[in-house]
Amino acid sequence: MIKLKKKTPLIDQHDKFGFYGNKFGGNYCAETMRKPIEDLSKLFEKLRKDRKFLKKRDHYFKHYLGGETPFFKLENLTRHLGGAQIWCKDVSAINGDAHKAYHATVNALICKESGKRYIAGDTGAGMFGKNLAMAAKKMNLKCKIFMGTKDISRQAPNVKFMRDAGAEVVPVDSGSKTLVDAVSECMRHYVSNCDNTHLAVGSAIGCNIFLKICAWSTSQISRELKKQLIKEFGEIPKLKLINVIGGGSSALGFWNEFIDYDKKHVELVGVEAKYAAPLSTNAKVAILHGAAQYCLTNKEGQIADTHSLSAGLDYPGSSPLHGLLKDTGRARYTSASDKEALAAFKLITKLEDIRPSLEPAHAWSECIRLAPKLKKSDVLVVNNCGKGYKDKKIYIEQLGYYPK
Amino acid sequence: MKNSINNAFKIAKKENRPALISYTVCGDNTKEKSLQILNSISKDLDIAEWGIPHNCPTADGKDIQNSSYRALQNGIRLNDIFKLVKRFKKLKPSKPMILMGYYQMIFNYGDKKFIQKCKESGVDGLIVVDLSFPDNKNFAKLCKKNSICFVQLIAPTTTLKRIKEIIKYSHEMIYMISTISTTGSALKYSAKRIIKNYNVIKKIKPSKNVVIGFGITEKTISNLRSADGLVVGSTICREITRSLKDRQNPVTNVGRLVRKLKNKIL
Repeated sequence: MIKLKKKTPLIDQHDKFGFYGNKFGGNYCAETMRKPIEDLSKLFEKLRKDRKFLKKRDHYFKHYLGGETPFFKLENLTRHLGGAQIWCKDVSAINGDAHKAYHATVNALICKESGKRYIAGDTGAGMFGKNLAMAAKKMNLKCKIFMGTKDISRQAPNVKFMRDAGAEVVPVDSGSKTLVDAVSECMRHYVSNCDNTHLAVGSAIGCNIFLKICAWSTSQISRELKKQLIKEFGEIPKLKLINVIGGGSSALGFWNEFIDYDKKHVELVGVEAKYAAPLSTNAKVAILHGAAQYCLTNKEGQIADTHSLSAGLDYPGSSPLHGLLKDTGRARYTSASDKEALAAFKLITKLEDIRPSLEPAHAWSECIRLAPKLKKSDVLVVNNCGKGYKDKKIYIEQLGYYPK
Repeated sequence: MKNSINNAFKIAKKENRPALISYTVCGDNTKEKSLQILNSISKDLDIAEWGIPHNCPTADGKDIQNSSYRALQNGIRLNDIFKLVKRFKKLKPSKPMILMGYYQMIFNYGDKKFIQKCKESGVDGLIVVDLSFPDNKNFAKLCKKNSICFVQLIAPTTTLKRIKEIIKYSHEMIYMISTISTTGSALKYSAKRIIKNYNVIKKIKPSKNVVIGFGITEKTISNLRSADGLVVGSTICREITRSLKDRQNPVTNVGRLVRKLKNKIL
């Protein structure tokens, strides 16, 4: 069995070929991309040790993204379910409405440092696209966002945001017309323009360097949470950290500071969409978008179709880092259906003031399932990683209303 | 048989022209049709390249994507491809056959089993688009052991130091990507600049057969004729698409196109 290394950041637990646990990740890319990603790796390794750059990052996180996101107890939901205490790390309160804000901002900063003037990214739910467009505008970069035509129509509010921020939204009409093909098209764009364009992959997927940058950026979430927990409890209590998994970028950020804890102390629970669930359905390891990972495929090895009401989860693959966390037994993965996510949204919004998007609604569903079985001393924390306004139309279609 | 790729280059060299290499997608638009197309153009070809269709082709432009999706829609599987290669080699025993694909298809089948199957069906060489150096060292070794040429790729972004290393680990044929792009886009550089890049590679090891691919069309092919070989892919795939759209026979149309291409390098 593969083991995690203690005291080594999760993103750095790869070998010289970029593999985690000899099995996940790597750099399965065209020769044309090798030099640009090597250059990017060198730049990133330099920047993450560079005090000036870190100061700049922190400055942007504080003043541009609005600083620490809130952490609070959901008293009504806790009382209603009558088991564990339920807490919310409300990442959706960030300027930019989702954890993708960290990742998009860091990518724009890196692009700036690299001297490139163009930045390109993929998006499914539109949260990454929107944040990348905003960061690009702020830093005076030209931005292209690749998005499946199906997602363009179901996540229209975010598309408007991107366009208003001056980004070019490139509709991708091939294959599934969703995230998987948007990522492919974005990578093709990079292969053709890697001499002047920085590629910002929208989740913790892709060749080694891309997933490293992503998970490094979102880890801000767990740095804050650790402090907030100690402030509330005086220590790190017995916890379950529940997070939705699409590609897996928010979970990696939410969990990063807690990887070294014993799983009986801090349990990590990932929740996938039921019909896009490579980690919780024993999918095979496959190579998708430059990396080996748990991924849904057919018998022939072709990448399989997925289905989820949530555009951000409608993806057949998963981060190689989640493969590592699964195989080492550090995290456990489960899934929730469209219906369960919708029911969770209904209950949460009836009792509390938060309005999760469809993605975190999956995590809330698992929280609702678990809480009644646990003791009062148990603490459940859910990463509420996206705001619901972008799914207003879908909620109205499915539930008949959108709460105020 | 073992040196049939080398042989093909020798013949072309004797005729003082570059080797002509076609790329089509196996199974495009049907299994039978793709075999008929290849069979009909093979008299003008020195080496035949068949693509293994994959539904996440991250380095291919629109033309080859279209061909791949058509082939997949018609239900092509890896085992069909091996059978078709076998039939092609029976029809044209001396024509070298190179399979080109994405590593996922091989990985899913199993490296060893895949190479064994290639050997059995008569595949002479392999190009794996997203298995680049040095990650391909073991795979290339396994190919060599089975008398299959593993074709290393060199791009305009490849550094000189890396080019030297890649050549060291290369077999009898090396594929030079002409321009920073996916397959099938227009050449971004002048023919002169491309040939200059080509000469850098040739100078390091003159005995290697270096072919140029990406962006080779009826218009550009004659300007690059000093290379050891030229690969034409998207242009052919586009002709298949056009023929199907116009309800014409792709076999005759592609045959005519390849003849024209050949005439430009004679």
